[in-house]
Amino acid sequence: MSEVKVKIKDLSVIYDNGDGVRNIDLDIYESEILTLLGPSGCGKSTILRAIGGFNKLTGGEIIIDGEDISQLPPEKRPTSMVFQSYNLWPHMTVYENLAFGLKLRKISSKEIESEINKVLKLLKMEGFEDKYPAQLSGGQQQRIAIGRSVLLKPAVLLLDEPFSALDAKIRHQMREELKRIQSELNISVVFVTHDQEEAISISHRIVVMDKGKIAQVGTPTEIYEEPVNPYVASFIGEMNFIDEGDKFLAFRPEEVEIVTNDSGEYPATIEHIMLYGHYSQVLLRGRHNMIRAFVPKTNMVDIEEHMKVSFNVTKIREYEKEI
Amino acid sequence: MKNSLNERRIYLFKYLNLKRFYYAVGKKGFIEFIISIIFLLFFYAPLINAGMLAFANQYFYPDILPGEWGFKWWEFILGRDNLIQSIFNSFLIASLVTIVSLLICIPAAYALARFDFKFKESIMFSYLLTNAFPKMGLYVSIAIIFYKFNLMGSYLGVIIIHVINSIMYMVWLPMGAFRSIHKQQEEAARDVGATPLQTFFNISLPMAIPGIAVSSIFTFLGSMDESQGTLLVGFPQVKTMATEMYAIIMDFPITAGAVFSLLLIIPSLIIIFIFRKYITADAIQIK
Ligand SMILES: Nc1ncnc2c1ncn2[C@@H]1O[C@H](COP(=O)(O)OP(=O)(O)OP(=O)(O)O)[C@@H](O)[C@H]1O
Ligand SMILES: [Mg+2]
Repeated sequence: MSEVKVKIKDLSVIYDNGDGVRNIDLDIYESEILTLLGPSGCGKSTILRAIGGFNKLTGGEIIIDGEDISQLPPEKRPTSMVFQSYNLWPHMTVYENLAFGLKLRKISSKEIESEINKVLKLLKMEGFEDKYPAQLSGGQQQRIAIGRSVLLKPAVLLLDEPFSALDAKIRHQMREELKRIQSELNISVVFVTHDQEEAISISHRIVVMDKGKIAQVGTPTEIYEEPVNPYVASFIGEMNFIDEGDKFLAFRPEEVEIVTNDSGEYPATIEHIMLYGHYSQVLLRGRHNMIRAFVPKTNMVDIEEHMKVSFNVTKIREYEKEI
Repeated sequence: MKNSLNERRIYLFKYLNLKRFYYAVGKKGFIEFIISIIFLLFFYAPLINAGMLAFANQYFYPDILPGEWGFKWWEFILGRDNLIQSIFNSFLIASLVTIVSLLICIPAAYALARFDFKFKESIMFSYLLTNAFPKMGLYVSIAIIFYKFNLMGSYLGVIIIHVINSIMYMVWLPMGAFRSIHKQQEEAARDVGATPLQTFFNISLPMAIPGIAVSSIFTFLGSMDESQGTLLVGFPQVKTMATEMYAIIMDFPITAGAVFSLLLIIPSLIIIFIFRKYITADAIQIK
């Protein structure tokens, strides 16, 4: 995870209507999963498509393995992309879909066959060669699309919300599949999602984006523990904020410790308790606003609704207000 | 015994009652039923009539049934010298027209479906416009140009006329077919290493084949059927089945026309049969 695979330098992609991304600097390392995370319209796909060669750069450059590829068309780039849907060609069988890129590279049909068999094994989809895409489930189609990309041994695999059209259960399976495939092949992956849970579960590093700019880059833990601003803090996980006039105090629900007397730092009243199995969510009415707390099951015995309590915070973050 | 038969009869008649039928299938179903009956009558009544007249040796106008049945006019039509030549000409011209029209219109359809360029709207509009003109006026003005280039009475001239006629559906239908291909599917092809041209021939074209097949069939049958322009530009050198039809209707009794019209239907039936799997509501984007 040390060597830089893809270097994005001062990248701008600006559409005719003025939307787009500006001045993006980003390094993607060898064999890491890097996730671009942010709300809809923040420019994740724009960056990904710029790497893949589908968006013209307005400025800056993209360097892969030391070579500037900014001006190359998609077919000449060492990248491969999987889209959210409609990846496969419906008039070709699974085998033909997988073989297409290899055939263009003039690889012998014997070698193509053995490569495809290897990939189908990796995807756990042996026996699907002669099926047409319409005969596959959504999850299987996406797996074949990923297989088609990795067959070409790209320097970097680009995935644009590949699982967001799938239902929740399959989506979870596919995340694990992707992690397994990535670690087996040891390739660099750039993954786009607007789902923070997905980003945290899948990534080595996360890039949180805000309106065409990078807000923060870091490991999931860094981003969860030390968000650089209230935007990142509220985007990832749950965060309580207390307005202190010139600054915000921020802490996570699991960082709240309720005490049943008034010895805690902040006074509060218990508004509502909701049991979630191994922990409970407790809503506290604080001095200014509602505070959310997660309390382990074992600590739940001595509190009840409408009780006057106080609480301490085990970890607190301070953000200056921007004027 | 008699009673129960009567009862059964009443029972049956109950369901022939229009009012009952109306409530059984609902308002929408009823209207659809009426419309399809009218449609069927419009389509098939003349056809059945022609089928009947073709086997009449003698027929006088207000009668419904012919005076005398027989194959007299079949012998007459099949015995005409021009018949084989005109069938051959029709097929030759229709095939060439379809090929030329494909070569011109498919790239145009793709460009209109995928690229943005200046005057795109006005080009699309002009397609509609050429079809809104009275055809004869268009043919006459084309004929004036053809005189200059010595194209009158030539096969080339007739082919050009037919191609012009075909542009409308040869562009619109395939354009719709190309539009319905998802952009990702073409981008995925570029992504795995296909040039734009390879993408077109391996991905876009095969995926649009149903729409292209239907419009090619329309073009082929339209060319077989075309007589106005063929007569104006091709007369008297170029004889097709359609122009022969004119000659026969003018010069011989209606029964001869009936025989010939049945003959004219045969190629259409063959082609529709061969390509039946492509002629679906899906291919022409109804639904
Ligand atoms: N082809 C285009 N032409 C003009 N504007 C575009 C184009 N593509 C995207 N945009 C705009 O650029 C901005 C960024 O779009 P982008 O697709 O990169 O967002 P995203 O982060 O991928 O969002 P989503 O999660 O919805 O996919 C948006 O405001 C969008 O409207
Ligand atoms: Mg997107």
